[in-house]
Amino acid sequence: MDSSRPSDHIDQSPAGEQIIQPRLGFVGYLRFFWRQLTSMRTALFLLLLLAVAAIPGSLVPQVSSDPNGVIQYKAANPGLASVLDTLQVFTTYTSVWFSAIYLLLFISLIGCVIPRTRHHLEALRAAPPATPARLARLEGFTTRNTTMDAAAAVSIAAELLRRQGFRVAQYSDSVSAERGYLRETGNLVFHTALIGVLVAVGFGGGFGYTGQRVVVEGQAFVNSLASYDSFNPGRFFTDGALEPYTVALDSFEVIYEQENLSALGQPVDFTANVTTTLRGQDSSAATVKVNEPLTIGGTQVYLLGNGYAPHLTFRDDSGAVVFSQSVACLPQDANLFSVCVIKVPDGLADQVGIVGLLYPTTVTLASGALASNYPDLLNPTLSLEVYTGDLGLDNGRGSNAYALNTDSLVQVAGRKADSPTIALKPGETAQLPGGLGSIELQSIPRFASLDVHHDPSQLWVLIFAGLVVAGLVTSLFIPRRRMWVKAVTSSDGVMIEYAGLARGDDPGLAAAVADLADRHSALVPGDAAFRGPSTSRE
Amino acid sequence: MTEMFVTYSVLAVYSAMAIYTLAFLLFTLDLARRSAASQAVAVSDAASAVATAGAAGTAGGGTVVLERTNVAVAAKAPRYLRAATALTVIAWLLHVTGTVLRGLAAGRVPWANMYEFTLTATVIIVGVFLAVQFWQDLRFLGAFITGFALVALGLASVNFYVDVVPLPPALQSVWLVIHVFVATLGTGFFALGAGLSVMQLLKERRLAGKAPRLTFLDTLPSSEKLENSAYRLIVVGFVLWTFTLIAGAIWAGRAWGRYWGWDTKEVWTFIIWTIFAGYIHARATRGWRGSRSAWLAIIGFSAVVFNFTIVNLFFKGLHAYSGL
Ligand code: HEM
Repeated sequence: MDSSRPSDHIDQSPAGEQIIQPRLGFVGYLRFFWRQLTSMRTALFLLLLLAVAAIPGSLVPQVSSDPNGVIQYKAANPGLASVLDTLQVFTTYTSVWFSAIYLLLFISLIGCVIPRTRHHLEALRAAPPATPARLARLEGFTTRNTTMDAAAAVSIAAELLRRQGFRVAQYSDSVSAERGYLRETGNLVFHTALIGVLVAVGFGGGFGYTGQRVVVEGQAFVNSLASYDSFNPGRFFTDGALEPYTVALDSFEVIYEQENLSALGQPVDFTANVTTTLRGQDSSAATVKVNEPLTIGGTQVYLLGNGYAPHLTFRDDSGAVVFSQSVACLPQDANLFSVCVIKVPDGLADQVGIVGLLYPTTVTLASGALASNYPDLLNPTLSLEVYTGDLGLDNGRGSNAYALNTDSLVQVAGRKADSPTIALKPGETAQLPGGLGSIELQSIPRFASLDVHHDPSQLWVLIFAGLVVAGLVTSLFIPRRRMWVKAVTSSDGVMIEYAGLARGDDPGLAAAVADLADRHSALVPGDAAFRGPSTSRE
Repeated sequence: MTEMFVTYSVLAVYSAMAIYTLAFLLFTLDLARRSAASQAVAVSDAASAVATAGAAGTAGGGTVVLERTNVAVAAKAPRYLRAATALTVIAWLLHVTGTVLRGLAAGRVPWANMYEFTLTATVIIVGVFLAVQFWQDLRFLGAFITGFALVALGLASVNFYVDVVPLPPALQSVWLVIHVFVATLGTGFFALGAGLSVMQLLKERRLAGKAPRLTFLDTLPSSEKLENSAYRLIVVGFVLWTFTLIAGAIWAGRAWGRYWGWDTKEVWTFIIWTIFAGYIHARATRGWRGSRSAWLAIIGFSAVVFNFTIVNLFFKGLHAYSGL
């Protein structure tokens, strides 16, 4: 019926199936293979396969979304993990097998859409097909009688149909009409836009970048490679893509719930007040909030985390400052109990490493241990265990700023040392053991962890997604139908036949045919005396 | 104030559950009664078949007779059914009240944790069920829908209940309103579609002589009609789900700095979307229309339920909003 559809489409007559028999020869096999790939059955199979293939990635942590989870999983199930690793299950969505499925699906899609588009463009220009010889077997078949001359009645019907938005071909005793070409247009737009989404996503991933940076209150960061804590460039990234600008974090405000007892201390708002400066321009003030990223220099700046960064000052035994900076601590719980790692490689007699525990609102548990019971800085304590020895910074291997390798260190203050753990409140100073010098906790500013994203194709993805929806709605809810009106002249007079044909799901067709018959017979003088075989079927 | 709203909300929800239970029983009774009635109808059926077959001509007597059967049953004794529907409406109004009060208590939309989400989702599912009756008489799905709502509400009240707490910053977005609401609306359509598909499969079994005791099936529309109705509902659900997917991506882009990251919840939303795309294709693929596509509709809806329960509760991901 419609040669553009895959041969196993439900509207296609089964005769078309014979073509699927492979003809001999290389080209024959290629053609056979291509027909298989672009058949409805293959598309269906690949779609369902894609759904199944997506499942493992939700059962096992993924490197992309949960790298720590992957590490823990591997530690907990080493045997299974090595098998899963070989099968690329930790990177399911970029794995060879997952990619193969969706690439095949999209090849099938392209192979399906191109001939259909060509065919549809032709159909848009062609006249509706000729009126079938027998209308009685078609949908909504009904008849009316008239005393009017056949040609005139047919002309009126053609005009009626035209006004209902049908494309009309008029013959001597019948009219053939079709409407709803938009249904097919919508379907093609939908499928093509899916390809658009895929291509745009791929493009954005290749040319974009993401970078993370922790910024302490009062500090600034520059959008350049050197200033990021971590940076993930796309495959085709070049340094030129980084537009230089600075973002200074003036203050970071948090509002905590204070009335609702079941949610006491739950943060209800985070605001990073920043000053931004584009090269060669004046600075301006802006804010970054959790659901409100800052757009600057072709990037979006997101607020993804926060915590405390105690400002510590170390002085040597002569009182000279050897280290004075804020150190971001990793929050461990909802009350922002945090762990800080401080490394002082130079300036003191020995290399010094410190593990600090920060309690924003300090309480003493029954066991004597400290804890934090509220996330704001109501009663902060920073307790410090001090190590000396080799920090391992000089061996060329990159080291993790948030971890202290104590293999070649000796604890000099803390639970395992003679001197007790040092506890400081803001403004306090303590002596380091062994006359190394002193340490002062000057203040406890907050830090914001900012994610900077550059995705050049984001807008395109959105546009194609919009087209997906528009195409979908058009193709699902606009009925495509053919209608025929035919005048049959006999010795008894003129009988008008009406019938329709649905192309795709069309629940309203029979009613539409009946409605057309009623409107039409209201316009053409009827013949009450004549009683022909008037039937209708639903 | 909050306390009072919460108390009345819970009260309204419990009352709704009690009345849903009655409605469920009556819907079930109606199905049982149809079984009895269908035997009686079978006799008059034969007569009307003879009468209509002549008139229908080429139109195919089968369909016409079936319409008659429906009319006969609907007209004869709709008492249980009418009562059940009326009770469902009452229960639903209470249910809506309970949900709205919960929202008032929290000072925001009532769908920010599992408890609230279940409350709202079931309101919408039952609401879609009631609204669809204006389009087509699907009251024979009443037992399925009220039963589903009851189980969900029971689970929510017993296992998911949490106190009202403010929204964490990540959820403070208009997209919470849009994304979640549309997702739930889509779920309502999928639920009805799945119910119809179950009926369709049962009906096919019965036609094959395999379900001799389910005589109520004889009073339902033909399996082809059931399938078409299911398709029309699911297609609406699919459009809504597509929108959910896109709205979710836009929101994720704003809140988490990437519009798609294969987070577990995103994965399952994608899986569901793909299954239903498969369903729509199946309906257009020779050899797949009929019971195979019906199975896909059921699998798709099961995936929706799985996504909401198991994935929310047991899978690790960024969408950790169950509040538990
Ligand atoms: C990425 C993979 C695909 C997805 C997600 C998808 C999705 C859909 C959806 C949602 C519909 C119904 C809405 C509409 O008609 O526009 C549809 C219809 C259709 N698709 Fe696809 N499709 C995919 C690939 C394919 C392929 C590879 C083919 C060709 C073999 C194909 C052929 C068709 C046809 C012929 C229809 C019309 C069905 C009808 O007559 O009702 N699709 N598709």
